[in-house]
Amino acid sequence: MEKILMKGNEALGEAAIRAGCRHFFGYPITPQTELAAYMSKMMPKVGGTYLQAESEIAAVNMVLGAAAAGVRAMTSSSSPGVSLKGEGISYMAGSDLPALIINVQRGGPGLGGIQPSQADYWQATRGGGHGDYHILVLAPSTVQEMVDLVSLAFHLAETYRMPAMLLADGMLGQMMEPVSFDETDKYPPLQKPWAASGHGGKRPHNVINSLYLTPQTLENLVVERYKRYEIAKEKEQRAECFETSDAELVLVAYGASARVARSAVMQARQEGLKVGLVRPITLWPFPEKALKDTLSTAKGYLAVEMSMGQMIDDVKLAIECQRPVELCSRTGGMIPTPDEVLAKIHAMMGGKA
Amino acid sequence: MKTLFQRPHALLPVPMHYCPGCTHGIVHRLVAEVLDELGVEGRTIGVASVGCSVMNYDYFGCDMVQAPHGRAPAVATGIRRALPGSVVFTYQGDGDLAAIGTAETVHAATRGENITVIFINNAIYGMTGGQMAPTSLPGQVTQTTPYGRDVKTAGYPVRVCEMLSTLDGVALAQRVTVDNIAHIRQAKAAIRKAFENQLAGRGYSIVEVLSTCPTNWGMTPQEALQGLRDKMIPYYPLGVYKDVTKEEQA
Repeated sequence: MEKILMKGNEALGEAAIRAGCRHFFGYPITPQTELAAYMSKMMPKVGGTYLQAESEIAAVNMVLGAAAAGVRAMTSSSSPGVSLKGEGISYMAGSDLPALIINVQRGGPGLGGIQPSQADYWQATRGGGHGDYHILVLAPSTVQEMVDLVSLAFHLAETYRMPAMLLADGMLGQMMEPVSFDETDKYPPLQKPWAASGHGGKRPHNVINSLYLTPQTLENLVVERYKRYEIAKEKEQRAECFETSDAELVLVAYGASARVARSAVMQARQEGLKVGLVRPITLWPFPEKALKDTLSTAKGYLAVEMSMGQMIDDVKLAIECQRPVELCSRTGGMIPTPDEVLAKIHAMMGGKA
Repeated sequence: MKTLFQRPHALLPVPMHYCPGCTHGIVHRLVAEVLDELGVEGRTIGVASVGCSVMNYDYFGCDMVQAPHGRAPAVATGIRRALPGSVVFTYQGDGDLAAIGTAETVHAATRGENITVIFINNAIYGMTGGQMAPTSLPGQVTQTTPYGRDVKTAGYPVRVCEMLSTLDGVALAQRVTVDNIAHIRQAKAAIRKAFENQLAGRGYSIVEVLSTCPTNWGMTPQEALQGLRDKMIPYYPLGVYKDVTKEEQA
């Protein structure tokens, strides 16, 4: 398969088109703008829709409409814009609609900065809007993985009838790497008999709705939805385990910070230290099983994040606090260096081997 | 025996939840009659918006999508772009369309989004129990303007059709009411034109229906209709504010 050099944001756009997405609704925000620009260039060529909405709120609600009509639809933004999309995401979760939201994260809170960050972990994995719900959250760490996870995200969203988020960051969005697109059409769109696409006189009307004024009805619906979430948690956990088979110290990192953590692990291994890395690919569902598997050798865990420590909560939950879990992190757009991570490894393992 | 009058097919045989004297029922019927007459129910998707009419997804026989508050034009845009052969309408109240959803309304209109908008202006938030709406009249007493709407602090009402008629993307902006038979016939003709415009691809069409809310106005249905004639129509004159089919003829 031929490889081409592409910027992360543009690769996301190409992957979405190849995954059959023909409806993109966007709004400019750094550092995801190249994705919207790519879509504005390519969608007319493939008979698709690129629409620059009047706001993030409008964009996500256009996605809601298109998803309700039964097509693969997406929007993309960066952290402050994703906060605005929270409304639509909650409504889509409450209406059981599949759609893709991409967050190319930047520093926060507020307007924050425009440099890479992972400080939206809680927002993404806890739902991001109001109400009892989850969304699927996928975290690529290379441009190739950004491509591969787009089609998977659409597929999982349709399978479980949930919104899916691809949680990237400004570093992945802006960097260029060689990619191939052989995985992108692996998951053709599923049938959607529930869609509001016009009944044609052939069936009773379909209603896409999140309003249930009878408490018992609403509770039943939410409980049913959580049963579906349990199936997703059972079947869809994904993680990459690197040098973990004998690891006494297990690093846990996703996305851009996983690249840094991997460098630190390789350096530590050269020094003879038994260090490994669990890299969550799905953040929701969190790869609890992969982490639990490391308990047989692990004496401690180190979460490496570009935030003040958010994913670390899920690490503690996954191993049920059976081992100490420490944090090595930078925030505000700062990226930890492999040396910083290595120093923390040395501190936790009592100096060099 | 010949049937002279029956429930439109596009209106489901279920009881509605609206208060006695509310004009929603009339407008629902007019929309359904037009869907029947144009033969488009099977390819129509309605968008229900937050407010008293949100549960109209249980009343209209076409496919329905319930939108977040104010976002009906954005949701309708997504549906319309996803299904090129479809007919899409929103049914929005004044709070939804002219307060929380102003941006979505103005931009769907200026894009010339090929949708039909039924806009119920009854000058009050009905479902939440009678608060000031963007279209509440100067001096109007509501739950949140207990001393009457003071325009010095609460601002002036929004005249939606006048405002939207300045936008190039708008095909039809017409204000009607349903207080008597003649006006109901005019309202139906306007609604029919708004759907015909969509079928002809002319762009955004809005029909503003001056309506009553006897419950939250604290009036009997008859008093409310008289109040509409005495106070609302003078502030919101009935008429055609924009009609591209007329401009084409001129």
